[in-house]
Amino acid sequence: MAAGRATNAAEPGAAQDAGHAVEHVALTLADQLPMLLILVPLVAAPLIVLLGSRRLAWPLAYGAATASFVMAVFLLMRVIGGEVISYHIGGWAPPLGIEYRVDSANAFVLFLVTGIATVVLPYARTSVAAEVDGQHGTLFYAMFLLCFTGLLGVVITGDAFNVFVFLEISSLSTYVLIAAGAVRDRRALTAAYDYLIMGTIGATFFVIGLGLLYMATGTLNMADIAERIADQTGNRTVRAAFAFIVVGVGLKAAIYPLHLWLPNAYTYAPSAVTAFLAATATKVAIYVLMRFMFSVFQPLYLVEVKTLEFIIIPLALLAMFAASVIAIFQTDLKRLLAYSSLAQIGYMLLGIGFLSETGLTAAIAHLFNHGITKAALFMGVGALVLRFGNSYCDGVAGAGRTMPWTSAAMVIGGLSLIGVPGTAGFISKWVLVQGALEAGWWPVAMLIVLSSLLAVVYVWRMIETLYLQPAPERAAAGEAPLSMLVPMWLMALACIWFGLNTELTLGASLSAAKGFMAGSPGLILAGH
Amino acid sequence: MAAFTLEFIVGHVNYWLFTVLMMTGLYIVVAKGNLVKKIVGLNVFQTSVFMLYISMGKVTGGTAPIFPTDMQIDPDTVYSNPLPHVLILTAIVVGVATTSLGLALIVRIQEQFGTIEEDELLEIEKAMAAEDTRLHGEAMGGLA
Amino acid sequence: MRHHLILRVVTKLLVGAIILFALYVQFHGDFSPGGGFQAGVIMAVAFIIYGVVFSLRQAQRVFPPWLVHKLLALGVLIYAFTGLVSMALGYEYLNYGAFTPHHPEHGQHWGILIVELGVGVTVTGVMVAIYYAFAARPPTISDKDW
Repeated sequence: MAAGRATNAAEPGAAQDAGHAVEHVALTLADQLPMLLILVPLVAAPLIVLLGSRRLAWPLAYGAATASFVMAVFLLMRVIGGEVISYHIGGWAPPLGIEYRVDSANAFVLFLVTGIATVVLPYARTSVAAEVDGQHGTLFYAMFLLCFTGLLGVVITGDAFNVFVFLEISSLSTYVLIAAGAVRDRRALTAAYDYLIMGTIGATFFVIGLGLLYMATGTLNMADIAERIADQTGNRTVRAAFAFIVVGVGLKAAIYPLHLWLPNAYTYAPSAVTAFLAATATKVAIYVLMRFMFSVFQPLYLVEVKTLEFIIIPLALLAMFAASVIAIFQTDLKRLLAYSSLAQIGYMLLGIGFLSETGLTAAIAHLFNHGITKAALFMGVGALVLRFGNSYCDGVAGAGRTMPWTSAAMVIGGLSLIGVPGTAGFISKWVLVQGALEAGWWPVAMLIVLSSLLAVVYVWRMIETLYLQPAPERAAAGEAPLSMLVPMWLMALACIWFGLNTELTLGASLSAAKGFMAGSPGLILAGH
Repeated sequence: MAAFTLEFIVGHVNYWLFTVLMMTGLYIVVAKGNLVKKIVGLNVFQTSVFMLYISMGKVTGGTAPIFPTDMQIDPDTVYSNPLPHVLILTAIVVGVATTSLGLALIVRIQEQFGTIEEDELLEIEKAMAAEDTRLHGEAMGGLA
Repeated sequence: MRHHLILRVVTKLLVGAIILFALYVQFHGDFSPGGGFQAGVIMAVAFIIYGVVFSLRQAQRVFPPWLVHKLLALGVLIYAFTGLVSMALGYEYLNYGAFTPHHPEHGQHWGILIVELGVGVTVTGVMVAIYYAFAARPPTISDKDW
């Protein structure tokens, strides 16, 4: 952006050299969007704590999330054509200054994260009031916003160390949000503790990797690092950095053998938190993985180190099958969906592993489609928890009769999870199969279809529980309140909408994949 | 790659210590059953990273990177790299936050479970899971 | 700690000095090593040592928990609003040059000072809040059993 602007007059050094103030071109609101997107939730979180009012907490949080969503939509519209926005914090140009960089890949992820937050928050109001200690309601929303800010920051920043800082902001608040589930089940505490240990190890691995990169290049700006390691492919420091970063982010993304924190965390966290995290947190980690693999280390480097075919693809396939099989044998719907999330992460990794434009398009599209699918499903389970007090299969059996709307939304989500034509899940799996065939790996394409059949089994178990099993003797429980049904159905309808109208998802994913495959666009010195 | 000469080994003493410290920390996290000890291990692990970064910032013969107030900068003066220090300041803050959050969780675990030993916690959780299966397992025909 | 006369007297003498030193580190941060982080921790130490020696209740009378919570949020807001003001003036976030466009250095001086103040307030608040949170838990072992 701002290619027409000759020099950045706001740069302190430039003004100093000239000896007098150079005419400053005031930034417009549109120029400030990348910063405001982060800033609105970041300011709203302490504001909630400062005001300390239980009445104001939710409206503030919701206002902040909605504002971020609107800004993310504007950003996505601007960059979807391939333009790259660079925002220089404090007026310090990169590589010295911290840069926020928006291209079609992260604008799309920002769109997902802000969208999910905007939808989950209205839902959270009822759900959280029922599942979380009333006196902590205010702080809960502050934490939620901090987690939201962290996720947005991880996605938008173009500075490698900044990724770590935001990653920790989101992780630390996530631990607290998960532990908030202790009111319902005390195992939420140990789940949060396990996640804290593993998440911290992951983040520390990541920061060691960054340190090694800094050692090899002397810079922290991602585009600058990319330029400087381009001719250091044989350098062992760079290789070690790559390994540390992949493992560190892999822990956050719950790549199959590093997933141990995920099932418990998702099962025992408050339902609204699970819906939000399942739809955003692991997706953001996958995005970071892609960003580092493709924009910092170039696609060529990936060919050279052979990580993809020897580590990522086998693990992805393992996740698709092992996690699906485990999901089939769960008695708790929440845990069943948590394991299915692990399997779906496998699909995204597989898309990355193809190292082709089609594969990456599939990965990014699946990231989005699975996000909305899981949000719909976990919100449905949350509604069941609200009415029945648990999410065990026999506890909620026959819910289709007393809660027809909730169950119907879950069925739509379930179909999208399988990848039935006409739903969002179908689109990304279709592109993924295409990617496999394009690479000439037809056995992998077969495996994708086979693992989808496993998804049919566990989704059928869910449907059977909801509709076919007799309801046990219990107090008559009505339909979930409208404040929960509307967000749930918004997501369910989104599953269908994005299954029929693929222009936005595939368009943005393709644009993002092209950006990734082209490697780093280099430093952007002019602009903001 | 340079051979493992004495000079190489002695010259990289910081990095050897970083590796030792890192592995010690990681080992404590994995091997110790007490939750507090795990947090201690995590701290050691994180501290090793501080050492890595600070080692990076050292410039031989470098002094503190503060310009004299009269701004008469001697071009021959070598300054240490301040950036890793700043980064590590952030990492230290993150470490403090993680430690206090971890300890807070331990306090709550102690109150709820009555123990902070991992094996005992696992026993309790296993019993809870078995209870869940007993109560809700019919849905799976006893398979779960 | 009622019987530890020396500790009580020394603490009384020290608390003032510690706070003074914290303020020095805070406001001298741009000429010498220091700044908000360090100052905040030193400031918090003053309250924590007071709490350790004279009991938590006494410390909370001086610095009540609700105030601690407000302060730790306020500090972040001071930081954020400094940046917001520079944005409102048509510059980038946290571009301190915005405050005095004719001489950006002055603006930077002020900007850093305000931002560091925000950091200091937050760090003080957070450290004291952490201490309160742990110390206020009912102990499972009584003091005599130690």
